[in-house]
Amino acid sequence: MLYLSLCDSADGDEMSQGIIVETKDLTKSYDGTTVVDHLNLRIPEKEIFGLLGPNGAGKTTTILMLLGLTEPVSGSARVCGFNPTREPLKVKRLVGYMPENIGFYENLTARENLDFIAQLNNISAAKAHSKISELLGVVGLGEVVEQQVGTFSRGMKQRLGIADALIKEPKVVFFDEPTAGLDPEGINQILDLIASLPQIGTTVVLCSHRLYEVQRVCHSVAILSKGKMVVEGSLDELGREAFAGGRYLIEIETSQPSPQLLDIIKGVSGVAKVETTGNLLLINADSDLRAEIAKVMVQNDFPLTQIKIQEVTLDDIYMRYFHEG
Amino acid sequence: MIAICRKELADYFTSVRFVILFLLACLASAGALYAAYAGIRSADIPTDFLFLGLFITPGEAIPSIFTFVNLMALFFIPIIGISLGFDAINKERSNGTLSRIMSQPIYRDNVINGKFLAGIFILFIIMMATLLIVSGLGLRLIGVPPTSEEIVRLFLYLIFTIIYGAFWMGLSILFSTLFRSVAISLIATIGIWLFFSFFYILMIAPAIADAIAPIANGAVEARIHNMELLLALSRVSPSYLFSEATSVLLNPPLLGSLGVITLEQVVFMIPTPLSLGQSMILIWPQLTGLIALTGICFAVSYVIFMRQEIRST
Repeated sequence: MLYLSLCDSADGDEMSQGIIVETKDLTKSYDGTTVVDHLNLRIPEKEIFGLLGPNGAGKTTTILMLLGLTEPVSGSARVCGFNPTREPLKVKRLVGYMPENIGFYENLTARENLDFIAQLNNISAAKAHSKISELLGVVGLGEVVEQQVGTFSRGMKQRLGIADALIKEPKVVFFDEPTAGLDPEGINQILDLIASLPQIGTTVVLCSHRLYEVQRVCHSVAILSKGKMVVEGSLDELGREAFAGGRYLIEIETSQPSPQLLDIIKGVSGVAKVETTGNLLLINADSDLRAEIAKVMVQNDFPLTQIKIQEVTLDDIYMRYFHEG
Repeated sequence: MIAICRKELADYFTSVRFVILFLLACLASAGALYAAYAGIRSADIPTDFLFLGLFITPGEAIPSIFTFVNLMALFFIPIIGISLGFDAINKERSNGTLSRIMSQPIYRDNVINGKFLAGIFILFIIMMATLLIVSGLGLRLIGVPPTSEEIVRLFLYLIFTIIYGAFWMGLSILFSTLFRSVAISLIATIGIWLFFSFFYILMIAPAIADAIAPIANGAVEARIHNMELLLALSRVSPSYLFSEATSVLLNPPLLGSLGVITLEQVVFMIPTPLSLGQSMILIWPQLTGLIALTGICFAVSYVIFMRQEIRST
């Protein structure tokens, strides 16, 4: 890849260290219904940030406000140091967007479509030419560069959408449901592409319903519901907080449970509680003590069949918050 | 904005729509030209303006509605204008391309300005080509070249038709901004066109005039009032404004007033054709009215587009 890292272009005002998108009490309402309610987001640089929530939670509206396509009723936002409502052009130069139902000009070829966007971004014709060929190769459309977009399948159009968002070498890219309607292989390809973006200096904000995919690529998530932020943080933090009160749950399977085993394990520093159910021991600990516990068990000749740390999927977290809410 | 204008022009030139409209305009003009040629000898036109006579003479047995200028005013220019603008904004919206464009660093008004400019350019090309074709064929047929004044009048006629076409285009762009569905915006614009070009002038304006100033006892004043009211009401319709303007422009021997003239007054009028300056003075209000209407349509669609929200869902 021939991208240059973009962390040194001139920013506007001061932003917190390493935070590239920040909102303060961002609010939007339509006809009396508050769609986004005093949202406070902080999105760190060069990471993949997931924005989750049920339909109508306000995800798309938040993205529109961050792009300057809609005006908030109150509150403010800063994207790459600029205010999108006051300086939308500066924001749009640095931000790429792939909307949910992306459309192309069907009678133009892929190259012509991207060429048009490059012209709107004031990219010189020569640079646009080489960049388009490179990008289309990266997203896997290298063979259909000169074909009309009307002949493209859905997966190809989604990939063209990614190329379209990246053509201006943005610092932040917003993806709204990028894998909607794709077959499993298409989904994998798109997710691999998205996962490779932080390495070249691009921050990704991913809006999706598909929790499995978000879990696969995102470093941290925020869950929105009815316009309010329900929870925010990196994935393992969220998991632990949702289910174990911030603690680590280690599960051990042994063929021979006995009270001495329980005592030995309790002796390991950092272990708070041990429960048994048949062959399974559930240990509540301060940190990831799997190595110490395994060492202790083996040293004392206790058979250890399986040891694992309880993994909480995004599904569980999501359901947990929405079941209660 | 230039990029958008160029793209729109490229789209128009390669689309079926443009080819069909162009062919239609050419064929109908050729038909009108042939009819005019057949009837021009019997028409009483001074030799100075014989060339213009090609454009305004009806055929012998054909009703006068089928002259070149009438056809243009009533049918072709509105249709061309409408078809250039009816899906300007809502096609982009429904295809999903509007969100994509608006997330690029361009000013929002460049989109609507670019489309309007591209439409005007296409109008110019179609009208100029049609006029030149008819002029060329006419020259070949009657062998009388146009005088310099006729050329200037024809050029002014071209400008007028572009303004008139721009009005219909502005109207259809307005509806395409207001309505999400392409079909509804098309139907609304066509409905307004049909109303103001036909029903209003033929039926509704006379009915209103009769209701307000009835010709009860046939007295002259009552008749004059009725006719003047009718004229004033008809001028609400842009088609009527355009027809009045072009009939004075292309028909210089026309008597020097657009209002009601009694026979007594006619006796005192000098029967020479109007000069260009005088013709222009006569129709200046019509021109201003047309420009104002176009400006209003475009301004309203501009304001609405700037305030609309761009969502793809």
